[in-house]
This record gives sequence, C-alpha cells and structure tokens, in this order.
Amino acid sequence: MSDTIDVMINGERRTVAAGVTLLELLGSLELDPRVVVVEHNRAIVRRPRLSGVTVAEGDSIELVHFVGGG
Amino acid sequence: MTTAVETLRDTPFSIGGRTFQSRLMVGTGKYRDNETMVRAIEASGAEIVTVAVRRVDLDRTKEAGILHHLDPRKYFLLANTAGCYTAQDAVRYARLAREAGFNEFVKLEVIGDQETLLPDVQGLLDAARTLVREGFKVLAYTNEDLVTALRLEEAGCAAVMPLASPIGSGLGLLNPYGVRTIKRRLKVPVVVDAGVGTASDACVTMEQGVDGILMNTALAAARDPVAMAHAMRLAVEAGRSAYLAGRMPRREVAVPSSPLEGMLD
Repeated sequence: MSDTIDVMINGERRTVAAGVTLLELLGSLELDPRVVVVEHNRAIVRRPRLSGVTVAEGDSIELVHFVGGG
Repeated sequence: MTTAVETLRDTPFSIGGRTFQSRLMVGTGKYRDNETMVRAIEASGAEIVTVAVRRVDLDRTKEAGILHHLDPRKYFLLANTAGCYTAQDAVRYARLAREAGFNEFVKLEVIGDQETLLPDVQGLLDAARTLVREGFKVLAYTNEDLVTALRLEEAGCAAVMPLASPIGSGLGLLNPYGVRTIKRRLKVPVVVDAGVGTASDACVTMEQGVDGILMNTALAAARDPVAMAHAMRLAVEAGRSAYLAGRMPRREVAVPSSPLEGMLD
C-alpha cells in the first residue's frame, strides 16, 4: 500500500499521507478547526468528529470559512 | 421644563425572535482594507453584519478570514448565500454557514441573472421552504414584487428583503410603491436590501415604513467609508423618525405659512 493518497481539496488535487484524519489534514494546512467548516464528500463533518474521519483516495474535501460579503 | 427632544417611541426591531437597537445592517465586502471596514461598521452603529461563505485559500492560509477582524460576540453575524444560482447551492451554503456555528439565521440569495443579479424567485421559494423546514431563520433577498413577498412569508421566512435597486448599483429606491405595499401587507419584518447609494436614499427608504435597511457597497465604495457610515446611521434614524412622525399631505398649490392678517395698508 502506498504511503500517500490523492484527494481533491477545494477543487485542487493534493497528495496527503495515507490514513490521515480530517483534523490532521487541517493541521497540516495550518488551518484553525474553530473557524473552518469541513465538507467531506458533500457531507458536513462537525468539529468533534473531525478526528474520527479518515481521508481516502479520491475523496472530495471542501474547506470553507467566512469572508467579507454583503 | 424639558429641553431634550422627545423622540417618538418606536416599536422594537425584532427578527426571528432576536431584538436589535439599530435598523441599519451592513455588509463586509469590497472594503479597501479591514481596518476601514471595522471603523465603518463601528460608525454605522449596526449590530447585524453580513458575511459570505467561501473556500479557504489553501496557499495563503495565514491570510485570515473575516472572523479575525470582527468579534462575533460584538456583532450578530448574518451569513449570506451570495453567488448561488440554484436553490440546491443556496441550501448547501446555508448549511455550511450554520456549521460555522454562530446562529441559525441566513440571508438567502438565489440569483437568476448575472448582469442584474436579480433574484430567481422560484429558486428562492424552493430554497426558503427547505431551509425553514431545517430550522433556519431565513431572511430572503427578493425583488419588490408583492406576490413573491407574500409567498416567502407563507413559506415561513423570518424577514423579507426587497431590493431598492440592483445589488451594488447605488441607484436608490426605484419602486417606493412596491416596497411600501410589501411592508403594508406583510406581518414579518421587511428590510430593504441592496441599491442604496447615499444617505438620502436610505432616508427615503426608511420613510416608506420598512423595518430596516441592509447595505454594503454604499459604504465600502464611498470615498470615505467611515464618514458615509456615520451619514447612513443618521439617515436611517431620520427616515424612521419621519415615518413615525407622519408627513404632511402633499398639495398642488401653495399655502402661506405666515398670517394673512395684519399686513400693512
């Protein structure tokens, strides 16, 4: 089994460590889980569950936050 | 003897069970820098501040989101679904916004046309029904069409937000009759959203009797956003007071203000 997997994060192909959790993924991207909302394969993953969800090859992940808007 | 001006007692401004002091709501987009934005919001006196949901920029993650500049304990953050062209997308964005964890309120936008950014009322109604079912407090951005506004109210929206004129246009209140009619017929709060350009626009809009105004570009694109925010605060208060005071009737002929008696021969 390969040590890395390819996933789509915010529409970009990214290579991440195999077996990484969503919480670890945020950490590796230097993102604060308190201000980022995670959508994993179109389903929102609540903050307490981020450490329990492992990323798999080909997964689609969206990381969003609040920006200026009207 | 009292020297203070006795202002008319106003009813509280409540939306979805929350009560606010200021009838002016402001957006956070398009400011030249965050410091100007923060100072303008302060000068506006607004309590409700809108934000948008967007992807984190993965390569510039130190470039923080809006929450690093706005204290969510100080302002009531109202997430929007700006940029959504289908009911499905708007529902998705609303769910993500709620997950960010501040409140269940959402300013629902479903846009139907790229050039005018006018709402797709069918998509708007579909999304509103879905979100209300999911427990959202929906503030629906719509046009000044009474029937759409009535349907949005029936769908359970917490507030209906007819436009003054297209988003970012600064054309002011184009259809006072339409907005006034919506206000007269609806029980839920009516907040005019979009199109106000300067203080007189805000004043005239409030004089129609609507419950509040939401604006963004009028502040962000002013030469001095902080000074304009102050002007808007006064204009919203002036317009509200004038509405409550009840204006004099319009006449086609002059009526002298000074006595006709006592004139010299």
